[in-house]
Order: sequence, then C-alpha cells, then structure tokens
Amino acid sequence: MRNQNLMSFLAELVYPTYALWMREIIRFVRQRSRMIGVIGSPVLFWFFIGSGLGSSFRSNAIAGGTNYLEYFFPGTVLLIMLFTAIFSTISIIEDRNAGFLQSVLVAPVTGSSIALGKILGGTTLAVLQALIFLFLAPFIGITFDVAHLVALVLLLFMVAFGLTGLGFLIAWRMESAQGFHAIVNLFLIPLWLLSGSLFPIDGAPGWLRLLMNINPLTYAVDATRGLLYRQVSSHVGEFTLSVLVVFAFGAAVFTGSILSVRKK
Amino acid sequence: MENPVISVNAISHYYGDRRALNDVSFDVKRGEAFCFLGPNGGGKTTMFKILSTLLVPSSGTARVCGFDVVRDPAKVRRRIGVVFQSPSLDLKLTVKENLRCHGLMYGLRGSEAMRKIDEALSNLGLDDRRNEPVERLSGGLQRRVEIGKGLLSSPDLLILDEPSTGLDPGARIDLWDYLLRLRKELTLTIAMTSHILSEAEHCDRLAILDKGSLVALDTPLRLKREVGGEVISIVAKKPEEIKLLIKKRFKLDATVVENTLRFEKRNGHQFVPKIIEAFPGKIDAVSVGQPTLEDVFIHRTGHRMRDEHPNGSDE
Repeated sequence: MRNQNLMSFLAELVYPTYALWMREIIRFVRQRSRMIGVIGSPVLFWFFIGSGLGSSFRSNAIAGGTNYLEYFFPGTVLLIMLFTAIFSTISIIEDRNAGFLQSVLVAPVTGSSIALGKILGGTTLAVLQALIFLFLAPFIGITFDVAHLVALVLLLFMVAFGLTGLGFLIAWRMESAQGFHAIVNLFLIPLWLLSGSLFPIDGAPGWLRLLMNINPLTYAVDATRGLLYRQVSSHVGEFTLSVLVVFAFGAAVFTGSILSVRKK
Repeated sequence: MENPVISVNAISHYYGDRRALNDVSFDVKRGEAFCFLGPNGGGKTTMFKILSTLLVPSSGTARVCGFDVVRDPAKVRRRIGVVFQSPSLDLKLTVKENLRCHGLMYGLRGSEAMRKIDEALSNLGLDDRRNEPVERLSGGLQRRVEIGKGLLSSPDLLILDEPSTGLDPGARIDLWDYLLRLRKELTLTIAMTSHILSEAEHCDRLAILDKGSLVALDTPLRLKREVGGEVISIVAKKPEEIKLLIKKRFKLDATVVENTLRFEKRNGHQFVPKIIEAFPGKIDAVSVGQPTLEDVFIHRTGHRMRDEHPNGSDE
C-alpha cells in the first residue's frame, strides 16, 4: 500500500516537475542568445554605472571604504537573477493560452508540480548565470574557498527561487505579455532599485528607508553582500534575519503560485 | 446498454452576461466520431473546454468516461487525450523530447515510455525525424505530433478543437485518413469541434451549435435527408420580390440569404424550367443540388453558417 502511494506520488508530482524543469533547461541551451542578454546587460550596467558613479561621487555612507564597483557587485548579481526570472516566467502567458502549458493543464498533474517545475527551471538558470558573473569577482578582490562558495550557491538558490516565484505569480495572472512588461517596469525594477543595490539604505531619506526596509530584496542583497565580503561573523544577527526573510519570501510566493495555478 | 463516453446534461454557460451555451444535452457512444459543428462564437470551443476540464460550466452536468468533469477532473484527465487548436508543442524541443515530456505528465517513464513513444513515432510516420526540433516540421507534420501527444497516454477519448486549423487541403485529407484509421485500430472515441462542413461529413454524428443552442443532433446523412428533396438556389437582384411571387404562384416558402433565394423541393430539377419561364429577366442564375450540411444549417437556423466574429476567438 505504501509502495503504491509512493508510486502515485512520483507519478503525479515528481515526474511532471522533472519534465517541466528539464524543458526549461533544454530551451535555454538551444537559445544561447538569451544568455548574452541576461548576463550582458547587467555586466554593462555594473561596469558603466559602477565606474561612472564611483568616480563622480565619493559617498561616505558606503562603509568600510569599499569602492563603488565593489559596492554595486552584489546588486548586479541580483539583477542578473531578476532578469532571468523575468525571461523565464514571461513565457508562461503565451504558453498557457496558446502553447505548451495548455496540454499540461489537461493532464493529471497537480498545480504544485506545474509551479514547482517551472520555478525550479528558472531558478536553476538564474543561479548558473549568477555563478558565471561571479567569475569576475577576483577582479575586485573577492576570493572564495569551497565552503564559502557552497554557502553562496545555497543563498543564491533561495533568492532566485523567490524571484522566479514572484515572476510566476505575476505572469500566471496576466492576460498579455505587454501587461507583464508594465509590471516589470513599474514594480519589479523599482523593487530592485530600492533594494540597496544602487545606494545604501543608511543615507536614504526617511520615507525611502521605510520602503527599503519592507522590500524583501533588500534582505537578499544584504545577505549576498554579507557572504561575498565575509561580514557574516561580525554581523550574525543581521545575516540570520536576512536569510530568514529570503526564505519566507520564497515560501510565500511559491504558495501563492500554487494557489493561482488551478484557479484559472 | 453500455455507458456513454460523454454524457452532457442541460449545460449552460455564461461569460459575464453573454450566454455561450444554452441548455445543451447529448450523449456520445463508445467508438463514435462525433463533431460539434457551428460558426465561431456558436459555443463549440466553450463545450470543448468544459469537456476537457478547463472550464466549469455555469449550470448543468457533464460526465466524461464515467466521471463528472467538475467533481473529478483528475480522473477525467487521466482518461482523455486533448488536441488544442493552437499548437501545444514546444518548438525548441525535438519530436521525441516533446513526447517524452508529455509522457512524464502521465507518469510514463523509462522503458514503458520508450516503447510507447517508438510506437507513436512509427504510427505517425515520423521515425526518421524524431530528433529534429519541432519548429523544422511542416504544419501538417506538427499536427500529427500533436495528435500523437494526445494519444500517448492511451486515452479512451480523444477531444480535438478545430484539428485542421492552418492545414492545406492535402494535409487535411491525410489527417482525416489518419484519425479514422486510429479510431478503427484503437477503438477510440473521438469528439471534435469544427466549422468546416466537409470535415463534419467524416463524423458518425454531429451536433450543430448556433448561438449557444443545439439546433440539430443526428448523423450527417439523416440530417441532409430531412432537408427534403433537392435544394434550389436562385440568384436575383430583387430576391424579396421573387420570394413573394413564388409564394403566390407555387405556394412555396423560400429563405432569402443575402441575394440568394433558396428552398427545398422534391424532384427539384423538373421545377427549374418552370421558375425560369415564370420570371423572365428577373433571375440571374438558378442552381439545383443535393442538400449539403450548409443546407441543413440554413434549414435549421434560417441563416448561413458564417463567422460572426471573423477574427475573434470563440470566447
């Protein structure tokens, strides 16, 4: 009996999730131009904005005497993952109304498999692309050991899961890709701008600081920065809080995604 | 008697205020090829969505393969194969990858999946193209893969929405040969929607839907026979005037559709000379023919079967 339960669990949850995840990966590999778009533009952002702002403004608010290219580095990692999340979830809209997902919706597949397969696919791609960007880290003096890197991958995985989940949640409710683009510009990009990626929270005016404090991405940037610059041991409490927020955010958007799938 | 594969009872559906289906009931027997015929906006696609568990009807019940589509959608899903009007293939994936992915949705994997995929590929005549991305296949072949996908889980019922959309006439004939062969070999039940009259002729029975109501339900042959005799069409500049004259002189009720006057008459060919003699100069053309499904549609609804929203969807 238990064996049978296991079999039906595999059949209904694991295999469909695996299939949807695999599909994301294969599609990505076959469309290599996507990689250039997703990594290329944040790298240019980082380099131009980082170099330009860094030499124009010497902000005292940036702690520890880091230069701006260094300061902006964790935010760029986040932007790469955000772009990947947007790219991989925007396809849901077309897929569901006139594409691949139509046939998934009439298959005996649970809503959680659909959400999980799609989100894990996007998450995997986001983490891989963030890791490619991390190859640049030694140029600004960041070095890794294995334990450090493993911790970083785990954290990035959680952050990417949250971002892709957020994309999924929004895309599933959208009727058109244009609508999604509007949300990207009005909501997702501002979320990133106010995450402490571009400027530190301490120097911001009060009302902005409030917004930044309730923005879950602020905690994602904080945690990433903490790991990258090895500030965890000196700020254990803050780091733990950030990781908890990142985890809770991922769990919340995932739950929301599952709930929206079967409503349509 | 064996239970019907589809049993629809008093289904109505509203999109907001607009009524898409109005109190529709019918059964489909095992092994039947059944067609919903009607113009776009007639309610076919709404019926398709209800039967494939994508839409919960406003009222009424539908049972598919013995299970209620609203209360037991998962059980229905396990027993049906669905072919959508717009492609549900991933163009970047190969034929085989598409089928493998689809199989996993039904818990098909490993050697069993391989065997079924190989079987489907040889049935589809696509053995040599299995490793090509779907985007490189012609429209007709892509449609075949769609159907192969629908059949991969060995369903009792295959539901298709406008299966010949975007196919040229040759590919359409191939598709029908293939579908009818499958039905024979697999004792499959087929339910499909169509707005193409010649396509509906292939089916055992059809339900004509117009403005959400079921206006006819029978075999194509019986429906055509019921029209009564031959169909005479008269093209005239002033059809209304001729209509009155015909009514007065021959006691016949004709229907005017655009500039054409049509009526049914037994031994219609003998009647044609009388008409021409009766209204010299007022008639541009007369034709006489065996009734078609188009005639059935006009006979039942009083208007031609034409898209009400030529570019709109059926929602």
